[in-house]
Amino acid sequence: MQMDGGQALLKALEFEGVEMVFGYPGGAILPVYDSVLESGIRHVLVRHEQGAGHMASGYAHATGKPGVVMVTSGPAATNIVTPLADAYLDSVPIVAITGQVPYGLIGTDAFQETDTTGITMAVTKHNYLVSDPNDIPHIVHEAFHIATHGRPGPVLIDLPKNITDAANPDSLMTWKDPGPLDLPGFQPVLDADPADVTAAVKLWTEASRPVIYAGGGILKARGAAELTALAERTNTPVVTTLMARGAMPDSHELNLGMPGMHGNYTAVMAMQEADLLIALGSRFDDRVTGRLDSFAPDAKVIHVDIDPAELGKIRMPDVAIRGDAKRVMAAMLAEFGSATLADHGGWRSTLSGWQENYPLAYESAEPGGKLKPQMVLERLRDASPKDTIVASGVGQHQMWASQYWQFDHAYTWLNSGGLGTMGYSIPAAIGAKAGMPDRTVWAIDGDGCFQMTCQELITAAVEKIPIKVALLNNSYLGMVRQWQEMFYENRYSEVDLGGPVPDYIKLSEAMGCVAIRVEDPDEVEAAIERANAINDRPVVVEFVTEPEENVYPMVPGGKSNSEVVVPPFQQKERNQ
Amino acid sequence: MRRSQMPSTHTLAVLVENKAGVLARVAGLFARRGFNIESLAVAPTDERFSRITIVVDAQSAPIDQIKKQLDKLINVVDIVELSTESAALREMVLVRMKVDPGKVPEIEELVEGFSGTIINATEDHLMLSLSSHPEDLDDLLSQLRPFGIEELQRTGAIAIPRIE
Ligand SMILES: Cc1ncc(C[n+]2csc(CCOP(=O)(O)OP(=O)(O)O)c2C)c(N)n1
Ligand SMILES: [Mg+2]
Repeated sequence: MQMDGGQALLKALEFEGVEMVFGYPGGAILPVYDSVLESGIRHVLVRHEQGAGHMASGYAHATGKPGVVMVTSGPAATNIVTPLADAYLDSVPIVAITGQVPYGLIGTDAFQETDTTGITMAVTKHNYLVSDPNDIPHIVHEAFHIATHGRPGPVLIDLPKNITDAANPDSLMTWKDPGPLDLPGFQPVLDADPADVTAAVKLWTEASRPVIYAGGGILKARGAAELTALAERTNTPVVTTLMARGAMPDSHELNLGMPGMHGNYTAVMAMQEADLLIALGSRFDDRVTGRLDSFAPDAKVIHVDIDPAELGKIRMPDVAIRGDAKRVMAAMLAEFGSATLADHGGWRSTLSGWQENYPLAYESAEPGGKLKPQMVLERLRDASPKDTIVASGVGQHQMWASQYWQFDHAYTWLNSGGLGTMGYSIPAAIGAKAGMPDRTVWAIDGDGCFQMTCQELITAAVEKIPIKVALLNNSYLGMVRQWQEMFYENRYSEVDLGGPVPDYIKLSEAMGCVAIRVEDPDEVEAAIERANAINDRPVVVEFVTEPEENVYPMVPGGKSNSEVVVPPFQQKERNQ
Repeated sequence: MRRSQMPSTHTLAVLVENKAGVLARVAGLFARRGFNIESLAVAPTDERFSRITIVVDAQSAPIDQIKKQLDKLINVVDIVELSTESAALREMVLVRMKVDPGKVPEIEELVEGFSGTIINATEDHLMLSLSSHPEDLDDLLSQLRPFGIEELQRTGAIAIPRIE
């Protein structure tokens, strides 16, 4: 079939099963947008290309299908660099399509020319500059394959205008369905070497203080069920990293919750005191390990990852297993057979002692005082459906959300873990809601983050993607303020956001949202119920919170996890 | 011959697909991960593939991590780490010298000792080449230096596994 490259691109996306694209048009991608009119694929028109990238990410994480973002050349391509970097660090499968100046003009500093493949090389798993429209079907096919196989990640395809423009003879192509993949350099290994599994199981049966260190890779591998089964079979407690929240129900008694810089005391100390860490799809990030040379000093390590470069990158494992987390966990379960494990009784009682003495806790507000953000999140959690999808920004509110939400379902927690991208939550929530329209989706945002990407609420209103936003307004760049309080002697530098500007109610209403401001603790529940009942447009609930609240526990940057700081009122108890 | 005991470098023979930008991908990876390249030589082996010989600084990162990160590049098909024992390693150098006329015979003798070639010579200028193990190049160059090297160009090492 004869067609132009623009038509071929849409046909190729349809061939890959794409149902939705998040994008923004412009000069170099114009011909492709002409074909969007004829396509059955839904296009969501964003208000800033960065938003489109995070929407594609949110869509991908919530649905398990790759997200697609499509933008023009030059400034639009550079506007998606942040979400690409974000998706790269968090291993999210997205495919980005960028327009490019005509092939013959590349290298001439043409209008809106940027070296998009050059700029994005360091933040994509792979990228392509297409020169021949006949290559479109198989390049798009490869791009989706690479994005979704092995360790997932973003892939970019740069399309010069001459090969998509019907008016240009260069664009004429003959459609051929993509043939078999020919990627000699990309052959992910999914199944573990059985000898490694045997060695791992042997170590595990001998351990008396084991901890499963569950990472985001378990969710990528869709291995949540295997994780719970493996933990139960081995009676091994589990910590779920920021990227793995929801991989095991928080209500499960073996789930200790989040470790790391703002993890709870028990999860942090469990890793620290373990004699065996079973790292499953996790990567010993510095936010988890704290000071590396004093991290988990007595622990042997079994490390399972689909990306062999993670094995031994930070911490040398005793048993390294290359493979897909779901398959490796299944193989381990089979290998355990009827084996008996060492007694963990003492270990379990140590853990429950810590849980009793140092639970996640905060001091309630003084009568007449401002709202405590933790209380707001507890109420929101309790008043929302159990399978609510939560997308958070970056800052204190993100840590409180991860700490105080109860994640009992996989794929209900979206956040920017690796890059820590402020502004992630609103667009990510929109992407998730677009892909899962029947689910309640809450963005939990800070006031600083909100001001970075709130314009996407216009997208949500116009495109009828009714997300809800819980805006925790402490009128500070709170996380930075907390560091200045704790490590810079209260010298607050450029962290006061200058409230009462903007008026978040007027701003949200102007963008087509229902907006509710809550200052009184007695109004929290009613506001949440009202918001949860609205399904025809986006809602913003602004909670005016205690400005100087701090996130605890905290492992100060560069310090050992053993130096975890609990909240002041628990420190007093400790001294009594 | 003199071959150092503890290698300060590692030699990797990397088979890559001949795709646009592949060298930029390899070089970019080394730069952003903080791996230091000592030398790099690249040329096609056939229509589809090229071989890159990279000599890397063993101090800058564990070789295992360098190999694994390289292997993640989609266009990298195969990586072989070559040791002095397992591989034939060659490099070429071109040298132009301005010398004391009386020293020419001495230099010619030195070059011949390394099986190098005098490409041409005038009364006080010499042009020579040597193709050999990179350490032989190092030796020759250090002996030539006192006589007055004007300009030189090395190709970077190339290597393939030896016949078993
Ligand atoms: C794009 C970007 N810029 C800067 C930062 C550094 N940073 C991390 S948290 C934070 C403050 C976030 O403020 P806010 O959204 O109000 O959240 P809060 O901490 O107050 O809950 C800043 C500036 C970042 N993570 N991302
Ligand atoms: Mg704030």
